[in-house]
Amino acid sequence: MNGTIQAPTIEYGLLAPMLVVFGAAIIGVLVEAFAPRYLRSSIHKPLTLLSLAGAFVLTIWQARSGIPTKPAAMGAVAVDGPALFIWGTILVLAFVSVLLINDEGHFVASASAVPGSAEEERALSEGATHTEVYPLALFAVGGMLLFPAANDLLAMFVALEVMSLPLYLLCGLARRRRLLSQEAAVKYFLLGAFSSAFFLYGTALLYGYAGSVDLAKIGASLGAVGGQDTLLYIGAAMLGVGLLFKIGAAPFQAWKPDVYQGSPTPITALMASGTLVAAFGALLRVFWVALGGLEWSWTPIMWGVAILTMVTGAILAITQTDIKRMLAYSSIAHGGFLLIGVVAIGNQQQNASALSALLFYLVAYGFTTVGAFAIVTTVRDAGGEAWHLSRWAGLGKRRPLVATVFAFFLLAFAGIPLTSGFFGKYAVFQAAVDAGATPLVVVGVVSSAVAAFFYVRVIVLMFFSDPAADGPSVVIPGGTWAVGALATLATVVLGVFPQPVLDLAHTAAQSLFVR
Amino acid sequence: MEPAKIIEHSGGVIGVSWLLIALPLLGAAVLLLGGRRTDRFGHLLGVATAVASFVVGVLVFVQLLGFDPAERRLAVPLYDFIPGLTKMGLLIDPLSISFVLLITGVGSLIHIYSIGYMAHDPNRRRFFAYLNLFVAAMLLLVLADNYVGLYVGWEGVGLASYLLIGFWQHKPAAATAAKKAFIVNRVGDFGLAIGIFTIFTAFNSVSFAGVMASEAHPSQGTLTAIGLLLLLGACGKSAQLPLQSWLLDAMEGPTPVSALIHAATMVTAGVYLVTRSGAMFFPEGSTAAIAVTIVGVATLLAGAIIGTAKDDIKKALAGSTMSQIGYMMLAAGIGPAGYAFAIAHLITHGFFKADMFLGAGSVMHAMNDEVNMRKYGGLRKVMPITFATFLVGYLAIIGFPLLSGYFTKDGIIESVMEHSATLGWLAVLGAGITGFYMSRLVFMTFFGQKRWEADAHPHESPAVMTWPLIILSVGSIFLGAFLILGNRFMTFLAPAVGRPEELPSFHPFSVAGLATLALVAAGAAFAWVKYGKAEVPVVAPRGSFLTTFARRDLYGDALNEALFMRPGQWLTRLAVFFDNRGIDGLVNGLAAGIGGTSGRLRRVQTGFVRSYALSIFVGAAILVGAWFVVGNL
Repeated sequence: MNGTIQAPTIEYGLLAPMLVVFGAAIIGVLVEAFAPRYLRSSIHKPLTLLSLAGAFVLTIWQARSGIPTKPAAMGAVAVDGPALFIWGTILVLAFVSVLLINDEGHFVASASAVPGSAEEERALSEGATHTEVYPLALFAVGGMLLFPAANDLLAMFVALEVMSLPLYLLCGLARRRRLLSQEAAVKYFLLGAFSSAFFLYGTALLYGYAGSVDLAKIGASLGAVGGQDTLLYIGAAMLGVGLLFKIGAAPFQAWKPDVYQGSPTPITALMASGTLVAAFGALLRVFWVALGGLEWSWTPIMWGVAILTMVTGAILAITQTDIKRMLAYSSIAHGGFLLIGVVAIGNQQQNASALSALLFYLVAYGFTTVGAFAIVTTVRDAGGEAWHLSRWAGLGKRRPLVATVFAFFLLAFAGIPLTSGFFGKYAVFQAAVDAGATPLVVVGVVSSAVAAFFYVRVIVLMFFSDPAADGPSVVIPGGTWAVGALATLATVVLGVFPQPVLDLAHTAAQSLFVR
Repeated sequence: MEPAKIIEHSGGVIGVSWLLIALPLLGAAVLLLGGRRTDRFGHLLGVATAVASFVVGVLVFVQLLGFDPAERRLAVPLYDFIPGLTKMGLLIDPLSISFVLLITGVGSLIHIYSIGYMAHDPNRRRFFAYLNLFVAAMLLLVLADNYVGLYVGWEGVGLASYLLIGFWQHKPAAATAAKKAFIVNRVGDFGLAIGIFTIFTAFNSVSFAGVMASEAHPSQGTLTAIGLLLLLGACGKSAQLPLQSWLLDAMEGPTPVSALIHAATMVTAGVYLVTRSGAMFFPEGSTAAIAVTIVGVATLLAGAIIGTAKDDIKKALAGSTMSQIGYMMLAAGIGPAGYAFAIAHLITHGFFKADMFLGAGSVMHAMNDEVNMRKYGGLRKVMPITFATFLVGYLAIIGFPLLSGYFTKDGIIESVMEHSATLGWLAVLGAGITGFYMSRLVFMTFFGQKRWEADAHPHESPAVMTWPLIILSVGSIFLGAFLILGNRFMTFLAPAVGRPEELPSFHPFSVAGLATLALVAAGAAFAWVKYGKAEVPVVAPRGSFLTTFARRDLYGDALNEALFMRPGQWLTRLAVFFDNRGIDGLVNGLAAGIGGTSGRLRRVQTGFVRSYALSIFVGAAILVGAWFVVGNL
């Protein structure tokens, strides 16, 4: 070092998509600070959508102009094939979620007001809204972009926090059921902080082992350092805890139902799609680049976690009576299915095909879940969205189209052929069988069968029960309509004609993760 | 003489003979898919397609006559039906064209008649759609040049029959009758299906030409098995013993349906099947052929006996249909000597039985849909045209000299007599019973005192209904002489089914012929004494055990119930029991187990963030510990 400080080199071009999102987020903050209240919303909406669309175009452009083979930003960020694919996925899903956020009535008028107080009444009557939602969402999306691309543990930790902190806030902004929303935010924050501590401690232990936080260097030092295995195992396990928490894998899934339920539904959609994709990207990178040489030791553990996650998600979903909690448990179960893909990647020989299967599954699931939560926002009672399943009885008779689309999403979750969910599951299970993880696939199939029960139960409820006289009304604002249509389209196209996206995922996976 | 070779031909009208099937099928499709929009002209379209199909049939017939008799077996290839198994094509030969003319000709007349008969039915359009569907399926059945195509048509007519028997499905009796017909036919169809599978296994082909030309020589046992399986199919469709029970109930359908499907055409499909397969699977003297004759003679007697006791005019006619088809089966069973008589009787029967069914329909139409003959009587004066045409049909069926039935039925009896004297005398006995029950029917309906219900005001039917009756009765008079005299029909049919080396000659005063006439006359006279001269009680008397026996359809239904229905119900109950207790118990137990687990595990989700944190902590500890253990293995 010689006491001189070298100026860091940053490949701005490569990081452009992320920078666009962060830049727009900062502009959003400035808008909040300086623009008059009545203008804010009409500035935020186009700004947010345009920045996400622009970032998506840049991602495409980058993928077409050649995938770099070396990490960027002095080794801190790796813009490689999988990262670009995940970026594209996150940006599209975020775009769709923002369409959902755009529609009125999801967010509180004044978050600081005590629920039910005169102050809240006043804010409501003034028509106040929290337009901060937009920059917060953009910061979260930026974090989601950085998280799976981060090539050292510190950058990854920063990304984790950039992603999570805005989400903690957003969780507490639901317009209805204020207490539940605030409770969700606090729970998410506390547990998130708890898991971040694990992540950070794991980082520290791995640094102690490898002398670096760079993923590639940690990977290279495996086996080269003698006598420090305890440090390695405990560090790797703790890092794993932090990542698995974000995925919502069992036994770290407890936050998911409470948070998904309490959050404003558009934010739930963003978390259930974007966060999950980002977290899987990061998990894959850590376990593949840094801990790939340790595969023999983490595969059995991943098996256990995957089985526990699938079974917990599927079984607990059965007795749920709340549509959002049911979808949360469904999300847990799907996390388990995706973990099967992670196990399959661990096998050296066929990691590219497994990786592409996993990437496809993420796209398929992301779209369907955003669509499902979009439908949840439309079914409303006097007190807000109608979450209790009994309120959904007979929806098929009142609003056949809405119920049919929702039924279609549920079938996609169940993995019925001609939906995207079928090919997602099929690809992942196939990869796992090729990797010799057949028992895991058997558990996956059985869990799918159990899960199909509660999906179909909702369909039966919607179509074969008589609607209540005072049943919920269905309100479909323009943005939600577009989201439903897009998600349906994606679920159909990926289910009937999956090859282009499979090919794209395959191309992305072919280059694997850069070191 | 053996049947002629099948040659491919696709010129002239024969090249477009698929129109025969396509036209009524199009009619059915338009009427069914068009829905209420076609209500206004539905019946006219239905008639138009049937008549158009008849016109095509006549043109095809004319073109066929232009061929040398030895070349009158033309295959019209259409398309690859089941790739690698069979092509779909039509077989135009004297046998199939005879059926085509009968189906489309009588079919058209019945279509026209139905315009009047169904005039007040709100679903008349649907009725015509089903009739068209039936005609298309029946034509496919007789025109297909392979067994699979025949089977498709076979199932198609079964479907149309089901739909039409149950056309008035608001009547529970009609709905039940439709189901019964369908289920009993299923037994026969199953036999036919297995028969076709066996044919394919044995010959590696399912086309008539392929089977005939096949080099494979399956064992005698296989051939007999195929023959018996085809016979089972024929028994189902043609209401022969032991699958006869559905036909009487099928009379719940509208009367034109009974005339077209359950008298003139569909129920003769079994005769067609046996005749068509005769050279291959029912050679003279084979076990299968003997079985056919036994089934035929048993049914002709059983049907006649049932006919003697029925007071329901349509059921009496249905018993008669069973009996007459029994004659045809009997003739078909004795080989080339009988085929021509079987088919000729089939055609004349198609005319006079359709005539009588439509006449019965005309009577019912006049009598507020009353079917009980004990409440008719003396109708000849108020319905002169119906009476006259019915009388012609009646005289034809009992074999009054020089009318159609005289020639064809006598031909059957004569040829059977040469084959086996026992069977021949049984057929003569059947003719005598026919003379009795048909006379009974006519006397009870048209003669004697009026026994009408108070609100009955009988009147002659409209022209749209009487003209078909007149045309059919003309056929009933002359067709038999035209076909039989000079062996015209046997010579015509020979290229398709073969014929005996020595053509039979017609003896008007043979022993059997005279005996038949005498017995028929005795039967008619007995009926006159019992039902013409004497007063017919309005409430049926109890009668002897023989009467009861006949009234109960010879205990056919009781037998079916005891042998099949009750054991079947026990079996299903047993299966349901096992399903409920065993399989469902397992499944439900598993589901309950999972649900219970879910309910218990759910309590772990306390909602307290401290317990969540604890679970994360414990989970992390386990993860770290596990990794530590695995890593140090």
